[in-house]
Amino acid sequence: MHRTRPFDHLILIIGAALLVLPVVVAFMTSTYTAAQIHTGGLQILPGGNFTETYSKVLTQKGGFTGQITGARMLMNSMILGVGFALGKIVLSMMAAYAIVYFRFRFATIMFWVIFTTLLLPLEVRIMPSYGVMSQLGILNSYTGLIVPLLASATGTFYFRQFFKSIPDELLEAARIDGAGPVKFFIDVIVPLSKTMIAAIFIIMFVYGWNQYLWPMLMTTDESFFTLMRGIKSILQVWIGSQIPDYNEAFALAVLAIIPPVAVVVIFQRWFIKGLTESDK
Amino acid sequence: MTAISAKPKVQAEPAKRVQFDNALLPWLFLLPQLAVIVVFFYWPSVQAVQSSFFIEDPFGFGSTFVGMANYADALASREYRRIASFTAVFTVLVTFLSLAIGLLLAVKADAVIRGASAYKTLLISVYAIAPPVAGLIGMMFFDMHIGPFVQMAAWFGWNMQVGLNYFDTAFAMVFVSVWKQIPYNFIFFLSGLQAVPVSVREAAFIDCKNGWRRFRTVTLPLLMPTAFFLLIINITYALFDTFGIIDVMVKDKPANNPITLVYKVYNDGFRGNDLGGSSAQSVILMVVVFALTIVQFRFLEKRIHYG
Repeated sequence: MHRTRPFDHLILIIGAALLVLPVVVAFMTSTYTAAQIHTGGLQILPGGNFTETYSKVLTQKGGFTGQITGARMLMNSMILGVGFALGKIVLSMMAAYAIVYFRFRFATIMFWVIFTTLLLPLEVRIMPSYGVMSQLGILNSYTGLIVPLLASATGTFYFRQFFKSIPDELLEAARIDGAGPVKFFIDVIVPLSKTMIAAIFIIMFVYGWNQYLWPMLMTTDESFFTLMRGIKSILQVWIGSQIPDYNEAFALAVLAIIPPVAVVVIFQRWFIKGLTESDK
Repeated sequence: MTAISAKPKVQAEPAKRVQFDNALLPWLFLLPQLAVIVVFFYWPSVQAVQSSFFIEDPFGFGSTFVGMANYADALASREYRRIASFTAVFTVLVTFLSLAIGLLLAVKADAVIRGASAYKTLLISVYAIAPPVAGLIGMMFFDMHIGPFVQMAAWFGWNMQVGLNYFDTAFAMVFVSVWKQIPYNFIFFLSGLQAVPVSVREAAFIDCKNGWRRFRTVTLPLLMPTAFFLLIINITYALFDTFGIIDVMVKDKPANNPITLVYKVYNDGFRGNDLGGSSAQSVILMVVVFALTIVQFRFLEKRIHYG
């Protein structure tokens, strides 16, 4: 059982290569000029055009109105990812605390009202959600970008599971010491949840950063474009062009990949723990 | 034993023996979450159901009640049925392939000792790539001028035309969607495998020398809760989360290209300005998701042994 067979390694190497190589190729190809790619195809070795491609993508104003740079899109994606993760953590910790630690009327109904949202993804109610947004007048705003995405109970679900695993004795001890609900929450629950908060932050950051459909509908004003939205517009410009800007599209993709991948790889342990264990 | 039970145990019983009694505070804690849910979940959901019974005037001058006509139109149209069957085939293929490959890699990563964490890091890293980015990279690999996959296919006499040929585009979409989803399944299967206690592994090893049989009779049953949880997640992924991949790959030309039902909801609603029809399709999708969830909790769960 503990003897490793070379065959196992072979499968893993092939698997890892198939998964990772496309990303490596995307990065390498982005360091060539569009004309080089057009004639030479995709590249696996670094080219000489790295600085030109990336400084152009990051600083040159593009888009239809010439308002948006890659750096701006990077910032918008960051605002969406961080804002979404923080919002999710605050809302869902509070809600889960109320559900787990309080006895109150309609508690059961509230539980179901919140957890029904797990059943229907945003995509199936996308049209009316857009309608609500425009009635509220928050199209083309960071609020409109972030807040509607918070209307799902995944975070609440994770925190509820976690709070249930906290020993009851802590609450009993805190009550003997005279701590009220708010004090107990701030002084006991929040510090205890640190690892959980970190794990959820990573998961939610990646989720927010990677949002596509919602930002695409929400933002017609280019100064609110995220990287995902930018990828769509760079492809739209292609139609009819002689030599498509392969290198710039790849550079944009690489910019969109690096932050979430870095977060996941660096905080791997927390991330996996949060993802797999919160369901217990 | 405590094999990872990834099923969501949703039940409403009080979670704690001791709880606070307070009339106002729990509501204050719930308020932000409830406000967001009511405004951005329940309100739009109700509107989706409501507008599915109306036909909206394209110029914005009111709407006419038409009963079930939008549903009847959707279900009767040949185009809708074609897209629905493509969605079904697409979902089955993506779910099956990404689960199978994820499981294979997890079993192998669990078996090796040397380099295990390097493999793990490499395999997990792709998890964080967004669907549209996956679609963009995939599109380049299947590009008719520069795509290496197209060149490889040409060796076998396959003249691949992604974006023009229906079958070829479908193939590329499945390929990219599977690629993107493997890491997720890998993470869960690996955690599931590593939760199997050493004692159980050793007992199984003594009782059964045949590796494949050991996998089939011991490991696989222990992984069933994980696999089942992943099944639902993967179906949801194939139905909804692949939107970004599909949107990038069809490049706004859905006409002769394969698309899924969610893409059609978006396309009819935002491009075609058919609010009623799009809403009816939304509601049909909601019913499908509800049905899936009920199957999850009522039917399949009973057949699976949770350790």
